[in-house]
Amino acid sequence: MSGYSMGRLESLAQITLSEEEREQAAEDLEKMLGLIGKLEELDTEGVEPMSHVLPVQNVFREDLEGEGGDRRCSVPSGRDGMFVVPRTFQ
Amino acid sequence: MCEGNEGSKAAEKAVEGYEAVIGLEVHVELATRTKIFCGCSTAFGGRPNAHTCPVCTGMPGALPVLNRKVLEYAVAVGLAANCTITRFSRFDRKNYFYPDNPQSYQISQLYLPICRDGYIEIELERELPSGGESDSAEETFPAEKSWNSAQKRIRIHEIHMEEDAGKLTHDEQGGCTLVDYNRAGVPLIEIVTQPDMGSAREVVAFLEKLRLIIRYLGAGDCRLQEGSMRVDVNLSVRPRGAREMGTRTEMKNLGSFHGIEMAIESERNRQTAILESGGAVIQETRRWDEEKGISHPMRSKEEARDYRYFPEPDLVPVVIGEDYLERIRAAQPEMAWEKRQRFLEEYPIPEYDIRIITASRRMSDIFEAAVVLGSPPKKVSNWLMGETLRLLKEKGQDSEEIRFSPENLAKLIALVENRVISTTVAKEVFAVLFEEDMDPVEYVEKNELKTAGNQVILRRVAEEVIASNHKSAEDYRGGKDRALGYLVGQVMKALKGKADPVQVKEQLKELL
Repeated sequence: MSGYSMGRLESLAQITLSEEEREQAAEDLEKMLGLIGKLEELDTEGVEPMSHVLPVQNVFREDLEGEGGDRRCSVPSGRDGMFVVPRTFQ
Repeated sequence: MCEGNEGSKAAEKAVEGYEAVIGLEVHVELATRTKIFCGCSTAFGGRPNAHTCPVCTGMPGALPVLNRKVLEYAVAVGLAANCTITRFSRFDRKNYFYPDNPQSYQISQLYLPICRDGYIEIELERELPSGGESDSAEETFPAEKSWNSAQKRIRIHEIHMEEDAGKLTHDEQGGCTLVDYNRAGVPLIEIVTQPDMGSAREVVAFLEKLRLIIRYLGAGDCRLQEGSMRVDVNLSVRPRGAREMGTRTEMKNLGSFHGIEMAIESERNRQTAILESGGAVIQETRRWDEEKGISHPMRSKEEARDYRYFPEPDLVPVVIGEDYLERIRAAQPEMAWEKRQRFLEEYPIPEYDIRIITASRRMSDIFEAAVVLGSPPKKVSNWLMGETLRLLKEKGQDSEEIRFSPENLAKLIALVENRVISTTVAKEVFAVLFEEDMDPVEYVEKNELKTAGNQVILRRVAEEVIASNHKSAEDYRGGKDRALGYLVGQVMKALKGKADPVQVKEQLKELL
C-alpha cells in the first residue's frame, strides 16, 4: 500500500489484526484511497483549501463557567473519583 | 547509557572545542477562569474529575467552542514577543492514543499557528563585584550590585494555542493507572524558538524574560515547579565555529531553572563525549532525572509517533482584523523593561532596587502608588525588598498576589517617619498588614503600640536603668561610647520595644 505498511498502521491505531482481517482491511483501504485518489483528477489550480464546510468564522464563548459539573457519574469503574485504565508507562 | 563523570582536564578541553546549539519549546498555562473549549473551571486542586464535562472528556457529539480570552492572551503574548499575528488561523487535530487524552486527539495548531516570526531580546548580565561590604551588621537588604550587560535577540519561530491533557497517576501495586481529567482542556500556548541559544545562561535569561512578559500581561503565572510553565530543550553540539548543525536531542521533564541548567550541561557533555570518541548522536527524546542529575532515553526517531494532523472540523477558523489587533495593542501594559527605564529616570533609588521591584507588576504598582501618597521612595522600596519579599518567600506566595494596599503601606511608613511607632513595632504591624491589609493607624491605636512618646515614662525608665546599671553609666561618662548602646538596649527592653531608639538615646545622654 502506498507509503504505509499495514503493520505500521496497526501500531499507530494500537490494534492487532488477524491475518484474515489484515487482508480485508488492506483491501478496504485500497478502495478508499482509490476513491480519494479520484479527487486528484480535478484541477484545483487557484482554489483556496477549504478549512470548514460552513462559511462561519470567529465563534467564541466568554470565559465564564458554564454547565460543567461532575462527570464521575459516567465513570463505569472508578477509584477515588478517577478513571481506571490498564497500567501505562511512557 | 548514563554519562560518566570524567572530570578530567582532557574532557573539559574537549567540551571547550564544541559549542551547543539550543532551541526551546515552552508550554504555558493561560490564566483563564475556564477551559479552552468548554465552560469547566481551570481551578487547581479540585476533586479528581470534578471539573469535567462532555467536551473535555471527549464524549461523542460534544462540540468545542473557543474561549475568547485564550485568543486574546495568545495575541497579546505574540505582540509582546514581536510576532506577526496570523490573520487567518485555525486549529488542527493531533491524533494519538493515550489515556491522558480522552478524545484520542489533542486540539492544537500545526498549519496556521496564531503567531509567527517574532523575537525576544535577552539581557546577558555580568555581575560586577559590589562596591565593598556593608559595614552594618543589621543590613537586611542585599548589598547593591552593578551590572554591565549585552543584548541578544532570540527568534521565536511560532506560538500556537492548544489544550492540555489530563493527569495520570500510576499505581505500581494495583497494576493500573488512575486518570484525572481536571487538567484536560486547560488552555496552553506553546512558544517555539529558533535554535538561537548557546548556553544554559542564555536559556535561563530567555525563560526569565518570557515569564516576565507573560506575567505582566496577566496571561499566566509561569511557575516551573507547579507545571504552569513547561520547558523542553532541543540541543545539539558542533565543533566550535562549524556551520552545520549536529544531530539534536529533546530533553523533557525539566522542573526548575536549576534543573534546566544542569540538564543542558549534562547533555552538552554527553553529546560532546560521543562525538569525541568518534560516535554519532542519536536523535531521540530524553527524560531528565533531576534527583540523579542524569537523563535517560525515552524514544528515538524511529519510534517517533505519526500524529496524522488534519484540520479540526469542529472549530471554525479565527479571522483577525486590524481593529482587533489595535484593541489588544492598546491594552498592553507598560512592560517591565520600560518601567525599569522610567523608574531610573523618575525615582532616586538604586538600580538594584528598581530591578527587583519592576520584576513584579504588582510591586511596581504598589511602589508608585505609595510614592504618590507621599512616602519616601527608598522607604517604600525597603519595605518591598525586605519584609515583603521575606514574607512572600516564607509563605510560598507569588508577588502578583500581594494583598496589602499602597494606601496602608504609606500610612505605616508615615507612622515610622513621624516616630509614632518604632521600626521594631513597624515590622510586627507590617506582618499583620501583609495578611489582612488593615488600616495601620487604627491598628496601632487599638493595640496601644505607640512609642512611649510620653517623655515622663521614658525619663523615669531611663533613670531607673541608669540607677541599676551604675557601672555602664560610669563607663559611658568615662568615655566608653559602647556602654550607651547597652543602656539603650535595657531601656528598650523595659519598654517592650515600644520606643524609638533615637529618642531613648537622646534621653539617656541628657541624664548622663
